[in-house]
Formats: sequence, C-alpha cells, structure tokens
Amino acid sequence: MELVKPAFGLIFWMCVSFGLILFILKKFAWTPILNMLHEREESIQNALDSAEKAKEEMKALQSNNEKILADARTERDLLLKDARDIREKMISDAKGIASKEGERMLTIARENIQNEKMAAITELKNQVATLSIEIAEKILKSELSSDEKQKTLVNTLLKDVNLN
Amino acid sequence: MTNNNNIFKPFSVSLFLLFACLFTSSAIYAYDPDNKSTEKQAVGAAKELVSKDKKFNAGELIINHITDSHEWHVMGEGEHAIALPLPVIIYSSETGLTAFLSNKLEDGEVYKGFKLIKNDIVIVDADGQVDEKASSKLWDFSITKNVASLMVSVFLMLWMFISVAKAYARNPGKAPKGMQSLLEPLIIFVRDDIAKSSIGEKKYKRYLPFLLTVFFFIWINNLMGLIPFLPGGANVTGNIAIGLTLAAIVFVITVISANKNYWRHIIAMPGVPIGVLVLLTPIEIFGMFLKPFVLMIRLFANMLAGHIIALSFFSLIFIFAEMNTAVGWGVSIFSVAFTIFMGMLELLVAFLQAYVFTLLAAMYFGTAVEEHHHAEEHH
Repeated sequence: MELVKPAFGLIFWMCVSFGLILFILKKFAWTPILNMLHEREESIQNALDSAEKAKEEMKALQSNNEKILADARTERDLLLKDARDIREKMISDAKGIASKEGERMLTIARENIQNEKMAAITELKNQVATLSIEIAEKILKSELSSDEKQKTLVNTLLKDVNLN
Repeated sequence: MTNNNNIFKPFSVSLFLLFACLFTSSAIYAYDPDNKSTEKQAVGAAKELVSKDKKFNAGELIINHITDSHEWHVMGEGEHAIALPLPVIIYSSETGLTAFLSNKLEDGEVYKGFKLIKNDIVIVDADGQVDEKASSKLWDFSITKNVASLMVSVFLMLWMFISVAKAYARNPGKAPKGMQSLLEPLIIFVRDDIAKSSIGEKKYKRYLPFLLTVFFFIWINNLMGLIPFLPGGANVTGNIAIGLTLAAIVFVITVISANKNYWRHIIAMPGVPIGVLVLLTPIEIFGMFLKPFVLMIRLFANMLAGHIIALSFFSLIFIFAEMNTAVGWGVSIFSVAFTIFMGMLELLVAFLQAYVFTLLAAMYFGTAVEEHHHAEEHH
C-alpha cells in the first residue's frame, strides 16, 4: 500500500519546486522564448510576403515593359506609315503642281501662239487689202483707159442697177 | 472519444501492473526465510538458495527501488551498501523543527528520539517503543530520494531553458543552434499541437507557460528515472504524490478558469430532459473529479510499470543465478536484451506520458473555456 499512499513531504516539496520552476521559467524562459519565436515567425512570414510581393511587382514590371515595347513598336509603325503617307502625298502634290504648271505654260504658249497668229493674220489682211487696192487701182486704170470701156462699164452697171 | 481511451488506458496499464506485481510477489514469497533445513532436503532445487544466509529477494529489491527513501542508494547491499545520506527535516508541535542527515538513523538506530522504520520516521520513547500517538503528529519534510531527484531535474530544467532563452536573446531572428534546435521543435509542438489545437487560438496563451512546464517537467523527470545511477534512478514520476500534485494543479486551473458554459454543461446539460438530468448531473460532477484522477493514475501507473519491468528483468538474472551460476549467466543475455528493448520502449513512454498528460490537461482547460457555440458541436 505504500505505493499508492502519497507522502506528505513529497507533495510539499513538489508544490514548492513546481511552483518555483513554473514562476521562474515563465518569467525568464517561456515569455522570452515564445516572444522570440513569434517574432521570428512573423519576420519569416514578412520576408516570404515581401518576396511574393517583389515577384508580383517584377511580373507587373515585366508586363509593363512589354506594353511599353509594344507601344513603341506601334508608334514606330505609325511613324513609318506617316512618313510613307507624307512621301506619297509629297510626290502626288509635286506631280499635281508640275502638271498644273505645265498646263499653265501650255495655255500661255497657246495664247501667245494665238496672239501671234492673229497679229500675222491682221498683217496679212492689211497686206492683202493694200495689194487688193493696188491691184484694183491698176485694174481700174486699165479698165478706164478708153472711152469705150468706160461706156461698157456704165452700161453694165446701169443694167445691174435697173430702175427700181 | 478521447475520454474513453483515457479511461481504458490506465486500466490496461493497471492490469499489467497487477500481473507484474503477482509475478514479483510470487518471487518474494517463493522462498520463505523461516523454512530452515527441514524442507531443505525435500526440495532439492531450492537447496542452495535456502542454505545461504542472504537470499536474493526480487520483490524487496524492486519495492526498495521504486519507493521513496531517506537515503540515495548508490551500490552494494546490507553493511557494504554505499548510499548518499539525505537531510531529514521533521516538524511536530511537540519537538519543533528538527533536521539531521539520514545516516544517523542507519540500521534502525535511534537519534534524538527518532527511528526509521521502513521509510517512515517514528518517535520512540525511552524504552525503545514506538510512540504511535506522537508519531502520527509528525510532519515529514525530509529531502528524500525523490525530492532530491526532483530538485536535480528542476535545476537541470532551469539551466536548460534559461540558457536557451539567453540564446534566443543573443541572436534574435536567427536560426536556432545547439540545444535551442533540440528544444525549439518541442516548444512549438506543445504550442501548436497541444495548446492551440485543444484550447483554441484565442485563449491558449494564458495556459501555455503551465503546459510547457508540465510537459518538460514530466518528460525530464521520466528520462532522469531511466538513468540507472545517481543523479537519476529515482522513481519520481512513478510516485503517486507527483501525479497527485500535478493533477490537483490541473484540476484547480480548470475550475478557476471555467466559464458559465462549462458549469452549465456539468450542472444542467442543455437540451437534456429533467428526468435524465437526475442521472446525468451526478455523473458529470463525478467526471469532473475523475478526469484529474485519471491523469494521476495514468502517469503513476505507466512510469511505475516501466521501472518494475526493468528491475524484474534484472532480478531474473539473480533468481536464476542462485539456482546455478551458469544459468544466471545464460539468463543474463536474455535479460539484458529485454531490458534494452524495454529501455527503448521506456524512452518512448517517457515522451508519450509527458505528451498525453499535457494534451489532456490542455483539453480540460479547453472545455473549461469553451464558448457556447462551440459546445453545441459535441452533442
């Protein structure tokens, strides 16, 4: 029966030692150890979180880079297209202007030609008139050189006139 | 569910203990020292044993090792025994406080009117007769073997954990080193798998220092008990007083921290008709005391059984050696092999008992502080 009979002295010393060890360990061991563990766990968690965040940022940055690159590419394409357009426009413009100028010059030339022609015609006309007058003078002179001839003429003229 | 296991386990252990006791007691009483030479001739096999002056008594040896003592036995037997004397501290209203070393009481000597009978200190009068009346009033505060062993492990624990705490303070936020890395997983295990899971995220912090202390206290004392020589070898956790004290502390903490919900479940289980309550309430109240009682018995019986088995195997050697020295040598091979096996098992049991005690204590605290909405899930 000695085995199951708790001894008073042992209970007393057990209470004393256990109370003491609980108090001392709580104050000098458990509290600092648990705090440190908690802190470390938190710092590890924080490190993991920030690594994850950095990864995400990196990813965002990468996608951003890609976007910028794509933008640049489209812009380049746009610029090239613009340049091509401008070139074409310039060429077509130049072509237009040239044709217009040519036309204008042609018109002027044509006008000049017309003018020259007109002048030539007038002069020709004048010369023809002068010549005609001279010819007529000569003819008249020859026609009216005799009385007979003058009579014939008057007769002819009179025949034409009639008495209306 | 766990409660059922809790109840059955100590039963099975006690059963085992009973068999162990039967086995050892049969060894004790097999050879009665009073049987002198008359039966010697008749029982030829027992001849050698009885003819010797000093016979090996396994039961006595085991009981001496597992019970508390006023001296710390190191080696040897009888007059050649080497033992560390321990302080005897006795208080009674008549003689006041008396303190002396236990070697003054060696071999039944009387010192200052005190005498040691077995492990109890009694008062004897001038004629050498035991004064029963005065003896019953004695308060024995002696530093016995168990108390001394307790103190050794307390200092060991203080040194271990304070040095570990200092290591944490020295390199905060760094990976653990040395003893830190041995104890840290255990501390985290107690915190996460015992306290947090049984008590709950919100309230576990209050109980954590106690649970950690209990866990390591039981574990280290169990391990110290496995060391067969000074300063180990004392059967501290296998002593009922230790289990009783620890269980009483668990009970007191449970009752103090119990909330309204806990008492309501004990006094009047919600949703149970009154007719059944008449039956249920006494059971619940009985269960309230049974839980710490079971804690005490489990620890006590498990650790005691371990010590008894180890000693029994060794005793076998000497029991057989008294029949025939060669047989003793032969048996020793098996005994040592079995003791090694049991030692391995005891290493596991030492941890397991610390874990089970702490886990159950945490579960009792958990039910004591449980909130209403959680409680409904159990029914």
